Amino acid sequence: MSNEIEAIKDPGLPAHVHRKADTDPVAAKRAERQVAILFAISALGTILLIVSYLFIPDDVFIFIPVMGDQNAHQLGLGLGMAISLFFIGMGAIHWAKTLMPDTEVVAQRHEFRSPDKDRKEFVEAVKSGVDASGLGRRSLIKRSLGAALGLSALSPLLLLRDLGPLPGNELEKTTWKSGTYLVTDPGNRRIKSSDLEVGSVAQVLPEIADPEHRKLSDIAKDAVLLIRLRPQEFNLEPDRLAMTHEGIIAFSKICSHMGCAVALYEQQTKHLLCPCHQSTFDVTRAAKVIFGPSARPLPQLDITVDSEGYLFARKPFSEPVGPSFWERDSQ
Amino acid sequence: MTVEHRLGSVANYVDERTGAAAWMKKNLQKVFPDHWSFLLGEVALYSFIILLLSGTFLTFWFDPSQREVIYEGSYEPLEGLKMSAAYASTLNISFEVRGGLLMRQIHHWAALIFMSAIVAHLLRVFFTGAFRKPREGNWIIGIGLLTLGIVEGFLGYSLPDDLLSGTGIRIAEAIIQAIPVVGSYLAYFAFGGAFPGEAFIPRIYTVHVLLLPGAFLALITAHLMMVWYQKHTQFPGPGRTEKNVVGYPLMPTYMAKAGGFFFIVFGVTAFLAAVASINPIWLYGPYTPGQISAGSQPDWYMGWLDGLVRMAPPLETHAFGHTISWNILIPGLIVPGILFTGMALYPFIESWITGDKREHHLLDRPRNAPNRTALGAMSLTFILVTLINGGNDIIATHFDLSINQIMWGTRFGVFILPPIAFVVTKRLCLSLQRADRELVLHGRETGTLLRLPHGEFVEVHEPISPEKAYLLTSHEQAPPLELPAVDGHGVKRAGALRNKLRSRMSIANAEQVTKVSADDLKEIEHH
Repeated sequence: MSNEIEAIKDPGLPAHVHRKADTDPVAAKRAERQVAILFAISALGTILLIVSYLFIPDDVFIFIPVMGDQNAHQLGLGLGMAISLFFIGMGAIHWAKTLMPDTEVVAQRHEFRSPDKDRKEFVEAVKSGVDASGLGRRSLIKRSLGAALGLSALSPLLLLRDLGPLPGNELEKTTWKSGTYLVTDPGNRRIKSSDLEVGSVAQVLPEIADPEHRKLSDIAKDAVLLIRLRPQEFNLEPDRLAMTHEGIIAFSKICSHMGCAVALYEQQTKHLLCPCHQSTFDVTRAAKVIFGPSARPLPQLDITVDSEGYLFARKPFSEPVGPSFWERDSQ
Repeated sequence: MTVEHRLGSVANYVDERTGAAAWMKKNLQKVFPDHWSFLLGEVALYSFIILLLSGTFLTFWFDPSQREVIYEGSYEPLEGLKMSAAYASTLNISFEVRGGLLMRQIHHWAALIFMSAIVAHLLRVFFTGAFRKPREGNWIIGIGLLTLGIVEGFLGYSLPDDLLSGTGIRIAEAIIQAIPVVGSYLAYFAFGGAFPGEAFIPRIYTVHVLLLPGAFLALITAHLMMVWYQKHTQFPGPGRTEKNVVGYPLMPTYMAKAGGFFFIVFGVTAFLAAVASINPIWLYGPYTPGQISAGSQPDWYMGWLDGLVRMAPPLETHAFGHTISWNILIPGLIVPGILFTGMALYPFIESWITGDKREHHLLDRPRNAPNRTALGAMSLTFILVTLINGGNDIIATHFDLSINQIMWGTRFGVFILPPIAFVVTKRLCLSLQRADRELVLHGRETGTLLRLPHGEFVEVHEPISPEKAYLLTSHEQAPPLELPAVDGHGVKRAGALRNKLRSRMSIANAEQVTKVSADDLKEIEHH
């Protein structure tokens, strides 16, 4: 194309090589039998499926090397189905490959572009259609139609409004109030500082009147992790240290990155790790982010004990818990 | 009446009412080129059909509701636990409905195969240049199907409302919530209030079983009609040109092969479902926002996205009373947005660089388009690095590494490795072109050593067949675009920077090892 150099010539389609079954009737008969056998294996698969469905109880387990104990009912159903389907396919393809014509056929392609005459007539047809409608001339119709269509698009938007309530400041609030007792989860029992040994962790929730009907959307904001260290292990600002009680420190369990439960606590390093994206928080330094994608420490809950030694929240969280959102800093 | 007779009367009945015979006659003889890589798209199509069938089965028992129930089924470890009806009914399908677990596993395996086949098909189309004119539209439909597939798969495995899938939904909610200005509103609309609420399972159920499958059906139909109408591309070779299509007629050979292949795909999926457990939701327990299981992993086609989110630096802007979470927006929306837009626009970008506006029905051998192949390898490397980071916790425990090592390795790797992959791939392509040139000029090494009279040993080379010689030289080697900075009148052309960029890219794109011409061969014969 671009240069004068002569390219190597196209020798054309190679000559067709006949298969054995094309020329030898014995081979063709053999192929036919093979196809029939494949279909027969498929039928056996279906029988296996029926037998498994009707006669193998669903609590029988059989040991299969590599796979271990397998539920015989499930395995019979699955293998039966797999065999019945797979061998229909094998049979059909073997049939096509051995007995159906395998001579390559050449078809011609056609240019997609319409002939110039048609293209011209098309443009004229559109033009005359537009002219006849008066869309070009009658600008009042055009504009009012545009406005009406645009406005009508608002109605589905409006009707979707009731998909949910407006967030208001709900994202910023949790159930924790000044004086809310900490209760175990599960169990809903108030806890004393002595219930928690040094080095241990507990998940707690705020005490509510009806713990049987605690809403998941509340847990999604209220879940708190208690961790007990030796008081001298903390490396906290005085105001943060004051929020702890006898080495017990409380953080929101909801990750400040994307809201997963920050559930992995490593006792040796005193790090909290979120299993979703590996944000790592240093418990001794008020859950400062030391690794991973989270940009903020976990909010700390101010806790203390009452006269009987039960833990309660002195104040609600001083900042919103969980992942960031646009209005987060507005309070 | 014979079979032919009966068929004839049915055909007559239909044709008298539709005139379909003429169209059918032509199309039953339609020619389809044969190549194993053309089956990848078929695998995707067939797994879609398997998904429709197995999914319909599951809907008969699945209860898409977050109503709280007490579990009383046969799986003892969860007995008496509070859970959503969605989770309880998924347990019911797994343990009480005969064949239910098999169907669940077929559905999930088919989804993984569906996505794998789409990606493999996309790579085949990309690396062979099948997206070029006139198929750009179908390429875009394909990108649409890939995107929908990711969403559909994610919604699907979120439906059982188990601890793992609920965590995935939580992350999706955080991404929505991170959108500037409207994020918290969108999240409240999507979830019908505060997360998790009781609305999202019924809502994503409708999207999963009605809206998206409808969209899939429409797009797949359009995709196939385009393939049908434009005729399939074919690999180059003797007798194959831009003007013809060489292959087997639809009826009977292709029909039998394609029909048989559907059963094979279904059979393999059923086999996997029979022997390989997938998504054992009873082990995870019901979803509650306060708990999580270690090693939380999305399905593989979401893994790269998760890996990107994991490797993002902890960046957040706090200004004027507003928060922007770059650590979520960049990996969760901006980078995927750029990737998918770039992918959709690639056919147009390439034709802008090459200035090639002609139709192409013959495929490229990847080595003969070094720049495109290198770009593909670069993108794949990017995705692979992010995918590795998406499984960093699993990799860390299996290979005795620390998560920090993998995280930092991939944080740097995601910038360093893709360009390296580009350069290496391009060099490899050019080397392969050189090898092709050698092969055509000097023939095949036979491995036979010949001792010459004066004692020298030489290896005997055997000339390759004319068919092979043609195959290795039939590709086009277009010169780069010439875009002079000044036009014919000596006036500087507008858009100088754009032109410069375009001609730079065009020069890089046209880098080739000159193929052997007939003249070269003649010259060699004279020696």
